[in-house]
Amino acid sequence: MAVEATGTAVGAAGVRLERRTFTHEVRGAKIVFAREMIRWWQDRSRAVVSLLQPILFLFVLGTGLSSLVSVGTGGISFRTFIFPGVIAMSTMFTAMFSAASLVWDREFGFLREMLVAPVSRASILIGKAIGGATVATIPGMVLLVLAGTVGVPYDPLLFVSLVVELFLLSFVVTAVGLVVAGRTRQIQSFMAITQIFLMPMLFLSGALFPLSGLPAWLHVLTRVNPLTYAVDPMRRAVFAHLDVPTAVLKRFSPGVTWGSWTVPIPLELLLVLAMGLALLAVAIIEFRRAE
Amino acid sequence: MIYHTNGPEASPEGWVARAASPDREPVISVRGLAKRYGDIQAVAGVDFEVFRGETFGFLGPNGAGKTTTINMLCTLATPTAGSATVAGYDVVRERDDVRRSIGLVFQDTTLDTYLSAERNLRFHAELYGVPRGVLEERMRKVLDIVGLWDRKDSKVLEYSGGMMRRLEIARGLLHFPRVLFLDEPTIGLDPQTRSHIWTYIEDLKQREDITIFLTTHYMDEAEHCDRIAIIDNGAIVALDTPEALKASIGKDRVQIQTPDHEAAIGALRSRFGLEAGIHEGEVTFSVESGEQFVPRLFAELGLPIEAVRVSRPTLDDVFMSYTGRTIRDAEAVNPLRAMAKLWRGRR
Repeated sequence: MAVEATGTAVGAAGVRLERRTFTHEVRGAKIVFAREMIRWWQDRSRAVVSLLQPILFLFVLGTGLSSLVSVGTGGISFRTFIFPGVIAMSTMFTAMFSAASLVWDREFGFLREMLVAPVSRASILIGKAIGGATVATIPGMVLLVLAGTVGVPYDPLLFVSLVVELFLLSFVVTAVGLVVAGRTRQIQSFMAITQIFLMPMLFLSGALFPLSGLPAWLHVLTRVNPLTYAVDPMRRAVFAHLDVPTAVLKRFSPGVTWGSWTVPIPLELLLVLAMGLALLAVAIIEFRRAE
Repeated sequence: MIYHTNGPEASPEGWVARAASPDREPVISVRGLAKRYGDIQAVAGVDFEVFRGETFGFLGPNGAGKTTTINMLCTLATPTAGSATVAGYDVVRERDDVRRSIGLVFQDTTLDTYLSAERNLRFHAELYGVPRGVLEERMRKVLDIVGLWDRKDSKVLEYSGGMMRRLEIARGLLHFPRVLFLDEPTIGLDPQTRSHIWTYIEDLKQREDITIFLTTHYMDEAEHCDRIAIIDNGAIVALDTPEALKASIGKDRVQIQTPDHEAAIGALRSRFGLEAGIHEGEVTFSVESGEQFVPRLFAELGLPIEAVRVSRPTLDDVFMSYTGRTIRDAEAVNPLRAMAKLWRGRR
């Protein structure tokens, strides 16, 4: 019998299981990730429905609001402005849903199967976070197809950078969701609590309206909101591919500033990644503590 | 190792001697193990050993501390006192090694019902680090043992309760464990399915070198065990083979229906010197050679009797003689513990 003789735990038939090595941990995280993907693939109807909401926002709310804000947009359609915001918004909601799977797993008992396995909680949560972030990125990618209908050019380079940014956004939101999931036992309370977090984070991220000109106390909140640094690069990427006057650019895509310094895009993305990792670490610590 | 329940060696002395024989390899050793949840002493210091190849049962009413004990042995709960080793590993200090050496089947299902049986097994194999080279063969074997090989591609959602339990047993065996823990393996199943599950468990004992530790509150299921520990209020009150335990009672159980139970109990005490109690609505007492006692009972009791039942000692009687009540009484008077258990189960 082929045996990977790395450990001492000899089973009934003399087969050795892998000891707790890095390879084994990666194997564990990978299968948790794979399960998220399989579950998503099996539930495509939900994925299709989740696309309807952003389309509604983009074409119904976007069109309706554009009549209100058309004065002084310098020829830019409100739908063009809101396009990266809507993609970001739908990604946030899907990401929160991905994290909810952890609460489902607990309610339906499957979490126990994972927690009693000889694999670290960190591996399980890393698998969950990357799986959830990947699943949440997919609807955003589908929405990119609609770019042309709202005046955003089809440019492969733009799309690649948007997908990377969407993934980072998904990752940070999934991590927030996992932190909440570590403390909730029921899906209803998870939904209620995440709404409380998600809505202000969404409103103060710049996804739906420019963050310039907000009162000081709100301004501070926008700067500590991880989503601000995920949405801004997306908008800047889109606007860099539009032919607009500088005044319009300044008004609709001013970039995130600390004082008078505009935070460069790579630093913004790094910040998002760092906050995502920090939140994931909090979630892991929570899960370690819970017996 | 298989024990025969009615072979020539089946004398009570023989059982005790074999159980205590020093050359048998203990797979589980427990010393003074205790667990306290706030004010509730769930397990109050238990000692026992389980030997290789044995089927060892924990018998007791709901809330007696069975699941808490299993959880400590499986590293899911930390003991507040005492120690235990499973497959040679300490359950507190060598958690990972213990986890690799055991298979677990919980009371509540822990399957992903949206995945196929095969996918559930593959997930488990990856988490436990089963070598890829042996996985296909092993999956085939464990699914064969529980008779689910031809249903491996079905989603678990389409399974019946009995099939789910069988799949969980197969999954518990997948990573070549040395001990299989079954917490109430047949709870929530209909009687026919229950006996089916036992056929599979006995079959797997023939095909795998494995030790089984199980809990149950069904008396008839405890009979399947090589040895049982009777647990009540967190303590072991008796531990032996089912036969030896029943033989230790030595008396038959007599249950009578009368119009006036209190009067009958008084008469039994004054005329026969027998201590009787009311269990499950009948006046119940133990007496040697119960069938020969019945004519005397009718002649000398001096009270009307509506019905009489005489039964050989069962594990229920064993439980009663050690705890003073039947297992069903114990469950009826213990709602607080049952609630505490429910509460813990939710977390």
